[in-house]
Amino acid sequence: MRLLKLIPDNTNIPFLKWRNIAMGLSILLIVGSIALVAIRGLNFGVDFAGGLMMEVRFEKPAQLDDLRTTVNSAGAGAGNLQTFGDPRTVSIRLPLPPGDDAAVQKVVSAVQAKIKADNPDAQFRRVETVSGKVSNELIRDGALAMALAMLGISIYIWFRFEWQFGVGALFALIHDVALTLGFFALTQLEFDLNIVAAILTIIGYSLNDTIVVYDRIRENLRKYRKMGIEEVLNLSINETLSRTIVTSISMMIALGTLVVLGGSVLFGFSVAMLLGIVIGTYSSIFIGAPILMWLGVSPQSFVPSDANDPDAKLKAKLAAERGQV
Amino acid sequence: MLDFPRWKVWAIVLTILAAIVFTLPNFLSEEQAAALPKGVPSQQLNLGLDLRGGSHILLEADPADVRKARLETLEETVRQELRGANGGPIPYQDLSVRDGSVSFTVRNPGDVDRAVETMRALSRPVGQLSAQRDIEVNLADSTRVSVRPSAAGLADETDKAMAQAVEVIRRRIDELGTREPTIIRQGETRIVVQVPGLQNPEALKALIGKTAKLEFKLVDVDADPALAAEGRAPPGSQVVPNAEGGGVLVVKRRALITGDQLIDSQPSYQDGIPVVSFRFDSVGGKRFAKATQENVGKPFAIILDGQVISAPRINEPILGGSGIIQGNFTTESSNELAILLRSGKLPVELTVIEERTVGPDLGADSIRAGAIASVLATLFVALFMIITYGRFGVYSVVALFLNALLVFAVMSALGATLTLPGIAGFVLTIGAAVDANVLINERIREELRKGRAVVASIETGYKEASRTIFDANVTNVIAAVIMFWFGSGPIKGFAVVLTIGIVTSVFTAVTVTRLLVSWWLQSKRPQALLL
Repeated sequence: MRLLKLIPDNTNIPFLKWRNIAMGLSILLIVGSIALVAIRGLNFGVDFAGGLMMEVRFEKPAQLDDLRTTVNSAGAGAGNLQTFGDPRTVSIRLPLPPGDDAAVQKVVSAVQAKIKADNPDAQFRRVETVSGKVSNELIRDGALAMALAMLGISIYIWFRFEWQFGVGALFALIHDVALTLGFFALTQLEFDLNIVAAILTIIGYSLNDTIVVYDRIRENLRKYRKMGIEEVLNLSINETLSRTIVTSISMMIALGTLVVLGGSVLFGFSVAMLLGIVIGTYSSIFIGAPILMWLGVSPQSFVPSDANDPDAKLKAKLAAERGQV
Repeated sequence: MLDFPRWKVWAIVLTILAAIVFTLPNFLSEEQAAALPKGVPSQQLNLGLDLRGGSHILLEADPADVRKARLETLEETVRQELRGANGGPIPYQDLSVRDGSVSFTVRNPGDVDRAVETMRALSRPVGQLSAQRDIEVNLADSTRVSVRPSAAGLADETDKAMAQAVEVIRRRIDELGTREPTIIRQGETRIVVQVPGLQNPEALKALIGKTAKLEFKLVDVDADPALAAEGRAPPGSQVVPNAEGGGVLVVKRRALITGDQLIDSQPSYQDGIPVVSFRFDSVGGKRFAKATQENVGKPFAIILDGQVISAPRINEPILGGSGIIQGNFTTESSNELAILLRSGKLPVELTVIEERTVGPDLGADSIRAGAIASVLATLFVALFMIITYGRFGVYSVVALFLNALLVFAVMSALGATLTLPGIAGFVLTIGAAVDANVLINERIREELRKGRAVVASIETGYKEASRTIFDANVTNVIAAVIMFWFGSGPIKGFAVVLTIGIVTSVFTAVTVTRLLVSWWLQSKRPQALLL
């Protein structure tokens, strides 16, 4: 029996050689994503935009243009329609009518009656209304959660490693989150609470990758104190490459299944996660590691692990000074 | 590596047995689970509203509303207290509500001290320990007394009103006969209502959103209709919109009687037309009798939430303490009003600020899609692990299935709620749970490549990978905890599954596989390892 080996043994790919190109590309992508989000904006779902949302399922693939005319004829304002997961399921978004709940109920009934008249087979599967007050809170909480997660994780890494690693991790995270947001601005897929959950998970898992690489870098820095930093970084990435690829593929298998079979509600979430895994894997190799070099990580950054004597720190400092002279 | 302490083996076996025991109730019907003897785990996994279908409604009260209501009652209390003060009535003028306080001018400067004393006697301590009072009495100038509800008093008032509102809503929803509604307060001024498996969410909203404040007031027949149309009414009267015939009606401000004293209300028919019958308690009945006796021949208005629903003439005194309300009712709306009146009025007006209703079809579809995706994802990942790592891949697959079992067991034992994002979290956990095994196996591969012996390689592999596994999972837990804190409803469900999955996966992927490997090493004493 032969086992599957996706990555050959003892690879020696000079990842760090491409650091400038990779970094340039990433910065370009980050700037592009921010620009996209600023110009096109995110297609906020009712969670964040407030308003009224209905999910309707038809027997046949829906004709969006006809349906839009029907919805608009109900006199409840211009509807925002899009298919949702599959062509038979449509989400309709409408602004919240002024007034109380009775007014909302009137709009819902009016739109449903209009659609029913043209499509007797229509099934109304979900209705959500979110007031402006609640949607603002959800935006605030979502943004705060993302910022806190990034910060919290970076601080943890700073404690467990060195400050350079914390900064590197934070930058890799900003990269991943920015690109994911950029993707949503580009595709105009609906951005709702589930997507925020997906991004938070991406933050966790992208870091998972980065940490595995960082952990190996730390180990190798201690082990090969005479080796140049670029060599150590390359070695560490190559040594962990097989694991990085195997884990990413197993996650992609799970998420790919979810994208295809998970149903309409989870579609955006699964796509975001899948994308996040790809970006996260890339960033831990091409962003997380090179940053350490630019931030001046060297074998002297770590107190020798074999020495338990109290002078170790001093010796390391002296060694560092000697190295500079 | 070879020596695996006996207690550890037992701990693992017991954990797995416990997991099986806690998972089993999920395979029973609800009735069977409820019939299990005490002491046997019978907790089942809860399904979230997005999976079973149902409505989630978030209601909010306006604290300004509470303050307004408080000031209105306070004004009436002040009036009564001044009239019935110790040592004779205190003459006053210009009693009004202004800038969040009730104030009045004492006519005789000599009465000022007595008025202040009378007002001070009205105040009550807030809470049991604090020295704060619910109202503050001050002199605005030499003869003007102001009585202001304190912030602490208002907060206490709001708190009580919200607690009462939860009870009223519970009574109303119970009338619908739905099972397992969840009604909880959220923060200071919000109430979350969750009702699973509802066929008609509109009926629910109609019931919980209405204040149902019922008042009987005399119609002010002397009021000028032209002025009333402009919204102006003579002193002591007010303009109220008329739901029955359109337009407005002018009524006396003071209510003859309110719905607070109702003890029962039922939908009924009179001459084939739907009406609502009501009955007062004995005190209310007497007041109603007296009021109708004094006003025979005059029209009065029955006002619900500030709208006239009917304005009949009092033909004869109503002495029995019961009567009927006619209006433009349908069978449904008469039933609805009867329920509202029976369950009492909301002490504070509530508005719906968020509503999510999922139809039962969508819920069923989501469960089916989620279940298929979970099973297939597990199979695919298992297959991938086996072709990548062979024997060690099989061990991680065993760990993977145990992990799935443990996640279910922990969630059932905690009575946690499984939501659709929760299922996504589960699928994700499957992909991620193997990560620990990947780390270990890759490390063992490396050590083998360096030419180390099998046992030594495995030993180093587990030891070196453990630190990485710990660090990597802590970051995931940080993300999940933050999600749990900030997330609402379904997101919380996702965070719960993720956290449980991370913890159990470390156990199964590291400890359990290690046991399996050590058994293999002991029985076969392999000289070479294919990895």
